[in-house]
Amino acid sequence: MLIALFADIHANRQAFEACLADARAQGAQQYVLLGDYVGYGGDPDWVVNTVMELVGAGAVAVMGNHDCAVGNTKVQLNLEAQAAMEWTRGELGVAQRQFLANLPMKEEQHSRLYVHGEATRPENWIYVTDSSVASRSMQATFAHVTFCGHIHRPALYSLSVTGKMTSFVPTSGVPVQLLPGRQWLVVVGSVGQPRDGIPAAAYALFDTETREVRYCRTPYDIAAAAARIRNNGLPISLAERLSVGR
Amino acid sequence: MISVTLEPGATIDGFVIEEPIHQGGMATLFIVRRPDSPTQMVMKLPRIGEGEDPAAIVSFEMEQMIMPRLSGPHVPAYVAAGGFDVLPYIVMERIAGKALLSRLPELPLPYDDAVQIAAKIGTALADLHRQHVIHHDVKPSNIMFRPSGEAVLLDYGLACSDLLPDLMQEEFRLPFGTAPYMAPERLLGVRDDPRSDLFALGVLLYFFTTGERPFGETETMYGMRRRLWRDPPPPRQLRPDYPPWLQEVVMRCLEIEPAWRHPTAAQLVFDLTHPDQVKLTTRSEKLKRDPFTTALRRRFNPELRQRRASASLAAELSSAPILMVAIDLAEDSAALNDELRVTTERILATLPSARLACVNVLKLGRITLDKTLDEHGQNKHVDRLVQLRHWAEPLKLSDDRLTVHVLEAIDPAASILDFVEASHVNHILIGARRTSPLRKLLGSVSAKVTAEAPCTVTVVRKRAPSRSGLRTPEPDPEAEATA
Repeated sequence: MLIALFADIHANRQAFEACLADARAQGAQQYVLLGDYVGYGGDPDWVVNTVMELVGAGAVAVMGNHDCAVGNTKVQLNLEAQAAMEWTRGELGVAQRQFLANLPMKEEQHSRLYVHGEATRPENWIYVTDSSVASRSMQATFAHVTFCGHIHRPALYSLSVTGKMTSFVPTSGVPVQLLPGRQWLVVVGSVGQPRDGIPAAAYALFDTETREVRYCRTPYDIAAAAARIRNNGLPISLAERLSVGR
Repeated sequence: MISVTLEPGATIDGFVIEEPIHQGGMATLFIVRRPDSPTQMVMKLPRIGEGEDPAAIVSFEMEQMIMPRLSGPHVPAYVAAGGFDVLPYIVMERIAGKALLSRLPELPLPYDDAVQIAAKIGTALADLHRQHVIHHDVKPSNIMFRPSGEAVLLDYGLACSDLLPDLMQEEFRLPFGTAPYMAPERLLGVRDDPRSDLFALGVLLYFFTTGERPFGETETMYGMRRRLWRDPPPPRQLRPDYPPWLQEVVMRCLEIEPAWRHPTAAQLVFDLTHPDQVKLTTRSEKLKRDPFTTALRRRFNPELRQRRASASLAAELSSAPILMVAIDLAEDSAALNDELRVTTERILATLPSARLACVNVLKLGRITLDKTLDEHGQNKHVDRLVQLRHWAEPLKLSDDRLTVHVLEAIDPAASILDFVEASHVNHILIGARRTSPLRKLLGSVSAKVTAEAPCTVTVVRKRAPSRSGLRTPEPDPEAEATA
């Protein structure tokens, strides 16, 4: 089975549409949504509706810190994110807000763990910035593979039986076999706001038969996504960063 | 992890075990086949379990990741792999030929034999590097030759790829490999430089031509580290008849600094297959090792010990291509040749490590017996070499970047294509004349080369004057069509 994984969509309709179309064309049979559907971008209403439809059709979705912040004003966000969040709250209806509030922190299926930030304390929204954080996350679960997002930069970590770590920045389009003899942490890049210097939308495909993960990049209409941000009166910098992928 | 005794006749995942063929420190090899087929294959099982080296497991994992990604005649074809949950194994093609190890009793080999072997291994390395993989364990026991002649590189347990996580990098503090063949930078923890494989090939070539290993057989860390500052005795010291060009090539492979070696395996093969074109530097003249004081100064020079940030494997290979320019030396081709030089210059300007092969075809008659001398008694072949050098002179390339070749052939296009194949040319530049009725009828050399070349071809054409009655077109930046 081919699973498509999306993280950090951040209300970017154009990027999410492009990734979904690409994943369908690649033959994805299951969808996993790794949190942060809203915040930053100009189309929270459409994105949340789409996520709800996918979940209705069997997709797995977990909660991200921005999704949590919609109904919880105590969640700390930076100034720009805060401004975008205040606007977002006024865009989402009751059913949408309830859907976001009821999302699980993590979900495990067949030795695959899905979580937004990392596995030790998902509700603390810790970023997987390096091998040591990745190592702690893998030690907190028995899952063979953990899939997460949150940091907006694709990465791949592994933990061997002897406790040694490897870290790797994946090359998009090249499949990597996640060998059964060690644990893996797949940090999927961001669909709606990539920060690794590549503006194209990022998502990942995982083939459960071959155990291969493939990091994908999809070009999308950045100008249209940026215009939605500007036209809704959100901070200009949120529109500008999309074209540089920072 | 379960321990299994593997007897002939036992079956693993549908593979019947026939006999063990090798019992090594890291793995055991068996001949296996499928019950319904007589084709023999090789199954590799790592030594795992209590008391075994964890390196065996990690290097086996690395091999499991890399082997399915490789293809071509220079690697054993991958058949299947089994997971670690039951019994880990890899099944691959059984190479029919002999291992290079079997020739050790014959050393030193005649120079021609050894050079031919090294060129074949170099060709295999070029193909491996093109597939984004560095072998890191080039040595006689890991090399076999197919009955058709191609070298096959075995054992990817120490290999790495810039497209995959490097499981070995962070697993061990000490470098893993075979001590006599290990490149100096490996001792500093560098695993991402494909020129480490060229160093190992240099050690092999040195060993096969002199009968001695350049850095001995030391296994101690101190003994290995000596190669970071101590140069080996030049081969000419061991064998006075050693060809200077070969010493040049071998000693360049054994440079301590990777950047001082050949930029790519393909360029090394080019030197090995064109001995008369090798630029002879002081390396070729050395009769003894550097004075001890020089070695000592090298040892305590921190500049030479720093790890350099290296570009990706692909970027490194693409910055050092072999360009070939096909030049017609007929009377009326001067203008076209000037155009060709301008384009060549533009391409070379961006590629400081590229080398240029200037090629001309001396067309032989199909029936007539050609004489090497023209009507004035001048040697046509030599004359053309001189003309090629003259053409290339304005490019101001140093000798190690420029070579000239006159091919004698009946079919010019076919001979150019043969040269491209044999010399691993990455990019062809060729001039095309404007069409004429005769050319349309006979077909042009440039058209055939463009259609059949295995690499990029740039066809250069002199801009045609605009036809009368039509408006003069804007100068077309795409006038040089790149196929």
